[in-house]
Amino acid sequence: MLGTILGSNTLLVTVLAGAVAGGTSILYAALGEVIAERSGVINVGTEGTMLVGCLAAFVVDVETGHAWLGVLAAAFAGAGLAAVHAFMVVYRGASQLATGLALLFLALGITSLYGENYVSSNITGFLSYKVPLLGSIPVLGPMLFDHDPLVYVSYGLAPATWWFLFRSRWGLLIRTAGERPEALRAYGISPASVRSAAVMLGGAFAGVGGAQLSTALTLTWSEDMTAGRGFIAVALVIFAGWNPLRAVVGAYLFGGAIQLGAVLQVHGYQINQFVLDALPYVLTLAVLAVLERRQNQFAPEALGQNL
Amino acid sequence: MTLGTMRYAPRRRLTLSLMVVAATVALASWSGAGSAKSLAGGCVSPAGAKGPGVGASTIGFIYVGSTSDFGYNEAAHAGAMALKQACPNLKILEEDSIPETSDMVTAAQQEMGEGAKIIFSTSYGYKDYAVTLAKENPNDVYLQQGNFITPPVPKNANTYFGNVYETVYMGGIAAGEATKTDKLGFVAAFPIPQTLLNIDAFELGAESVNPKVKTYVVFTGSWCDPGKQAAAAASLLQEGADVLSQHQDCTGTVIKAAEAAHAYTVGYHYDAESLAPKGWLTGSDWSWGPLYTAMVKSILDGKFSGGMFDTNYSLGYAGGSGIPSPMVLAPFGPSVAASTKAKIAAVKAKILGGWSPFTGPIYNQAGKLEIPAGKAATAAQLAALSYLVKNVVGTLPG
Repeated sequence: MLGTILGSNTLLVTVLAGAVAGGTSILYAALGEVIAERSGVINVGTEGTMLVGCLAAFVVDVETGHAWLGVLAAAFAGAGLAAVHAFMVVYRGASQLATGLALLFLALGITSLYGENYVSSNITGFLSYKVPLLGSIPVLGPMLFDHDPLVYVSYGLAPATWWFLFRSRWGLLIRTAGERPEALRAYGISPASVRSAAVMLGGAFAGVGGAQLSTALTLTWSEDMTAGRGFIAVALVIFAGWNPLRAVVGAYLFGGAIQLGAVLQVHGYQINQFVLDALPYVLTLAVLAVLERRQNQFAPEALGQNL
Repeated sequence: MTLGTMRYAPRRRLTLSLMVVAATVALASWSGAGSAKSLAGGCVSPAGAKGPGVGASTIGFIYVGSTSDFGYNEAAHAGAMALKQACPNLKILEEDSIPETSDMVTAAQQEMGEGAKIIFSTSYGYKDYAVTLAKENPNDVYLQQGNFITPPVPKNANTYFGNVYETVYMGGIAAGEATKTDKLGFVAAFPIPQTLLNIDAFELGAESVNPKVKTYVVFTGSWCDPGKQAAAAASLLQEGADVLSQHQDCTGTVIKAAEAAHAYTVGYHYDAESLAPKGWLTGSDWSWGPLYTAMVKSILDGKFSGGMFDTNYSLGYAGGSGIPSPMVLAPFGPSVAASTKAKIAAVKAKILGGWSPFTGPIYNQAGKLEIPAGKAATAAQLAALSYLVKNVVGTLPG
């Protein structure tokens, strides 16, 4: 069966293109979570942060007709929800896990309530744009260069996040907040402020990921539409060893798993959809089981520890 | 994913439609005593009527999802409002987002506490609770939308539904005529009989006008995961399908994907022509009002027990006692040819005359004869349908 998939050009191309399109929302959220966790704060409520981004982008697009304004709104909404997380865990010393989960449920409720009137709304949103020349390259063209603008933005964002974290002064401060917050304090900078900023930036990223899901990939809003993608993003950060570039690979792997299920069915392969559905999570568990010991050395030392 | 179940998290809102005007009208009709029956639009029990639910002035509705989901639950809510319009003297109580658990019993008891003697439980999974309630409360009536009560059906309960596959078959005709690639795509959720009926009817309808046509199926394993729907639609379009249909709770993503790819759409659950102004062909839509009203009137008249509704009642185009089918065909899109409309009208006339789209010979994917030539599938056969017909490409999960 593997031979057929690789041998057939269309099969491979559909899976690869779908991996990128479907993986992008996860990628944004994962990049944001890398930044937050590098500062020492886990946000398991990323699922909820994405969800408010989905709705904010969709509503603003419906009301104004401007998809980019929607993205901006999604970033603000994501940052806003993350700000609550930051306040609770950084300034009030609340449990990071409990707060993240509570915020997830809050986001589920809020978006269900305020999104109800938008279920039937129609938007233009972001459409696919085929890049001239590059888009015509076999396999790579449809895989990478025939997508919505938010996919193209993410191509720049992953290396930019890497540069920001590992080459800029801001990145150094964030990483220090996650490794040795007391060193930061000795240096005269409040680790609380740095952590808050990092968590909010991460929330903004997750919000934009939500925007890609609602206003580019699916062009709809519906209750709980993230369907677990936020949790995948959190798991992905460990998988990627807190490295933004490796998060790209992981995100596309998950996007590809979803697309593979659909592609195999269309070609009539005897495959159990429920098994395919479980694949991304099995993969996460396998990666955690195999790599956890090795990955631990990459983990920020003060990750999950409140100040 | 565990979060899938959160859609039905106990997020219960009691949407009591307490209509003061209605109460006043009811009061007026009460004082009118003898002339009550002649009151225009009034739905009251005639003197001497006996039976469960007789004398009811309050009707309770229970929905599994939001009544503004632009889909199944909104359609049921619209039916309740149509009942209200037909019978302004009745008080309507509604509770939405009630999970298919014992929460349904709590919701029903709450409505009964408010005076409801007739309960519409509008979701498939409420059935067992409704039957139990019926046995415990012999003077009230429980009407179950969808599903099947293994006979004997209690005297004060029923199941009712519409023959969805009839309109899906007609939509299939539109698809079979429109396709240029002879490939149709269908995004499904789970392989339950009702969904398989729809897929099969879609292919059978298309095949009736275009023998070469095949239907490609993708099961998403979820009633509403737009990201997965996008993946399914992309795969189907990539394979060359140029008409997409679906059986999903949220339907926008697949329709928008088809429109963006200049493909056609056959809708499900609601008229979504605005989402696909170019590619919209037609679709299946619900219209519950007349059936709800007919059932309530039969209860009030004391004619429910042992009557035509007191069974596993499924209404199609052929109808019964002049009640129109709860399924309607959504308006045609701009590209549907007059000749196609004529073919659909002819089939509709045939169905009105009692013909079933599931009339043999019908073969399954393996080529086995499931329904012999000239024979129509029985209601029991359809309720338990478990196969995809020949020329459907796809496999049943599990």
